[in-house]
Amino acid sequence: MRNVVKRSEIDISEKQAAAEVVLRLRGITKVFGSLVANDDINLELKSGEVLALLGENGAGKTTLMNILFGHYVADSGSIEVFGHPIPQGSPHAAIELGIGMVHQHFTLADNLSVLDNVMLGTEPLWSLSSNRRASRIRLEKLGERFGLQVNPNVRVAELSIGERQRVEILKALYRNARILILDEPTAVLTPQETGTFFETLKKMVSGGLSLIFISHKMQEVLAISDRVVVLRDGRLVAEIKTADASETELAQAMVGRNIELPERKALKAGESVLKLKSVTVKAEDGRAALSSVSLDIRASEIVGIAGVSGNGQTAIADLISGLFEPQSGTMELHGEVVNNFTPRNMLRKKVGRIPEDRHSQGLIGDMTLAENSISECYREPQFSSYGWQNHLNRQRFAENVVSKFDVRGYSANSPVRLLSGGNMQKLILGRVLSGNPQLILANQPGRGLDVGAVAYVHEQLLVARAKGAAILLISEDLEELLQISDRIAVIHRGRLSETFPRESISIAQLGLLMTGQQKSSTTNNQSTEADAS
Amino acid sequence: MAWSGASVLEAYWLLLKGALGSGFALSETFARATPLIFTGLAAAIAFKSRFWNIGAEGQLYAGALIITVLGTGMLDLHPGLMIPILVVSSAVAGALMLLGPVLLKINFGVDEVVTTLLLNFIVLLLVSLLLEGPLKDPMGLGWPQAEPVTEAAELPRLFRGLRLHSGLLLALLFSFIFWIVSIRTTLGYEMRAVGFNQKAARFAGMPVKRVMIITALISGGIAGIAGFSEVAGMKGNLTLDLSPGFGYTGIVVAMLAQLHPLGVIISASFVASIFVGADAMSRSAGVPSYIADVMVSVSLLCMLVSVLLVRFRIRWS
Repeated sequence: MRNVVKRSEIDISEKQAAAEVVLRLRGITKVFGSLVANDDINLELKSGEVLALLGENGAGKTTLMNILFGHYVADSGSIEVFGHPIPQGSPHAAIELGIGMVHQHFTLADNLSVLDNVMLGTEPLWSLSSNRRASRIRLEKLGERFGLQVNPNVRVAELSIGERQRVEILKALYRNARILILDEPTAVLTPQETGTFFETLKKMVSGGLSLIFISHKMQEVLAISDRVVVLRDGRLVAEIKTADASETELAQAMVGRNIELPERKALKAGESVLKLKSVTVKAEDGRAALSSVSLDIRASEIVGIAGVSGNGQTAIADLISGLFEPQSGTMELHGEVVNNFTPRNMLRKKVGRIPEDRHSQGLIGDMTLAENSISECYREPQFSSYGWQNHLNRQRFAENVVSKFDVRGYSANSPVRLLSGGNMQKLILGRVLSGNPQLILANQPGRGLDVGAVAYVHEQLLVARAKGAAILLISEDLEELLQISDRIAVIHRGRLSETFPRESISIAQLGLLMTGQQKSSTTNNQSTEADAS
Repeated sequence: MAWSGASVLEAYWLLLKGALGSGFALSETFARATPLIFTGLAAAIAFKSRFWNIGAEGQLYAGALIITVLGTGMLDLHPGLMIPILVVSSAVAGALMLLGPVLLKINFGVDEVVTTLLLNFIVLLLVSLLLEGPLKDPMGLGWPQAEPVTEAAELPRLFRGLRLHSGLLLALLFSFIFWIVSIRTTLGYEMRAVGFNQKAARFAGMPVKRVMIITALISGGIAGIAGFSEVAGMKGNLTLDLSPGFGYTGIVVAMLAQLHPLGVIISASFVASIFVGADAMSRSAGVPSYIADVMVSVSLLCMLVSVLLVRFRIRWS
């Protein structure tokens, strides 16, 4: 507790000297095997500043922040906080000196209350009593001060995603964080929640905190930060004042080349391919229910489903993947009712499925690229005759997929787990599209991929669309949906809205639908929400 | 070893000599390795598909039991016909032992570790009951042992005067067959896929349940053949001490082989040589033969640790 007093003294002196450097990284280098994750990075954070750290996946953002927070030890370089060098490799020391980190994936115990989660680890284990009342008061004060109100007595399991994020931030503030690192904080939020979240950030900055905001979304970076630092391949490639920065400039710095957005031709939709008629599914094993979902997708058409994760997207995807059958309602493919809900039957009916989770569902990490490339068609005569596998044909097929879909880095005989996320997705895409599917289920196809890979995936989906495939695109990324969908529906608590042509709907309207409000009531909020997102 | 008063180096030398130092020693070692190859293979096949068959011991006895029923006079055929029939029937007996556990697992999610382990005791007690009752050898001087199998049912010895029998060839054959199945066939492809990532295998449309049942049946069947090989090749009749824990040692053998069907041959020979050598060592140097258990355990630990370290390098590089 002695530290608390000390730090509030620092607090006052800081406000007097506003532009003081609170954090300084010098020559940070970190090498993993042959990969240089961070290459001689110098970084300064000033008091009361929001510094955005921009970069593609694998650019070294997370490594750098993990070094700062003490999870990794840098191979060379030093870190100073408030003028004091900090010992590396000790998260404890980092916390002591006032660095707080809000991870992308929350580190909360669901079955404990908000207060318990915040207090966890702040009290010595051997003290017999814990001072809950003082802690509660402190927590409530912090919440008031920064606009982070959460009821301390509620169990975390009952909170919404946005509220959980508030708890994560409160946890850091409770430990007297003066420098807060936010790792992709908006990834889980709706546009509306993002808006209020940015308000909170502004309050925190005016309250004397300094923030590092990690993201790969350019709009957000432009909206909230004072200064942008761009990392690419482990090097710091650009440092720009946000006021002087433009989106294209940042995108180029991030990717290092020009990204061509896939061209989207206007096409006339054909016959109905997939028809869901009031499909109802019961909730099971953490899967959200679907209640009376109806949907119609036609050939040469991309229909997007927007929604906050956990509102029934997985159920729709699993249904179309053939992993379970609906309790009531029917699913029709080309006008025929589907009775046999198995993955194999769906494949037989030319349904291509890009799963949400590449690692656990899409690929078998310990098997080779070649083996994975045929995992959905290994029984076809060209690969299997009289129970024997034809390795030659498999090899040819895999090499064809690898070259056609630009899977880079490893040969067809390497285990798939070595591939990067983007290359894994390309392999899955190759596997799916090689079957010439008439219906493609693309569940979060761009998640976790860098800008270039996302553009590639979109381009391939558009090519499939031009060839006459019907595509169901499920995504939490509204920009992705607006970019390539023809029509968009919103799912909320297992109910699917009607579909809207993408020309007639905005991000703000989608955002409201995602939180369960009706489209008609959006008109008055629209302008403010659009600003926030 | 030093504690038991023997010179360490000398003890090791005796162990090595006892295991590999003479034709007799080699014969003993490989005779001991034979059941271990079978049970190791059984464990490797099952574990590779993430089916934790701990019941090879019981399956071995089930195989031995059926051999005793069929081979002690009930069937009387030419050896060329008799032996294949006995191999198949012991395999069926072992496979049936696993049918229950695997069906319980895929339909009700019952943990197969518990069911297969408990079946071991059930089978052992059943064998004990039968050996005291209906199967008891009237010429056995009251010992709980069954009648010896007929001559036609015996596996021929490989060398005159040595205990090494043709069960070894059978074991090598099965290892080789399973290696081919694993890498070249569609079934092997499915088995590996289901073992590595069941969720992805299901998503890709593979018949996961069927593959698991087939895997379990093969695993149980091979463990059952171990029982046949021991009765028909080694002991000649069914006794209660037919297997000094071959089923459990098979798990160690499979792990040491990293679940590779051909690796099982090597690791089974290694484990067998330590056990046989340790027996010889204890006779001549007075070091307790339990040292063999220690050595096998240490080698297993080394193996597991090195596998872990290899993983780490891959993840961090």
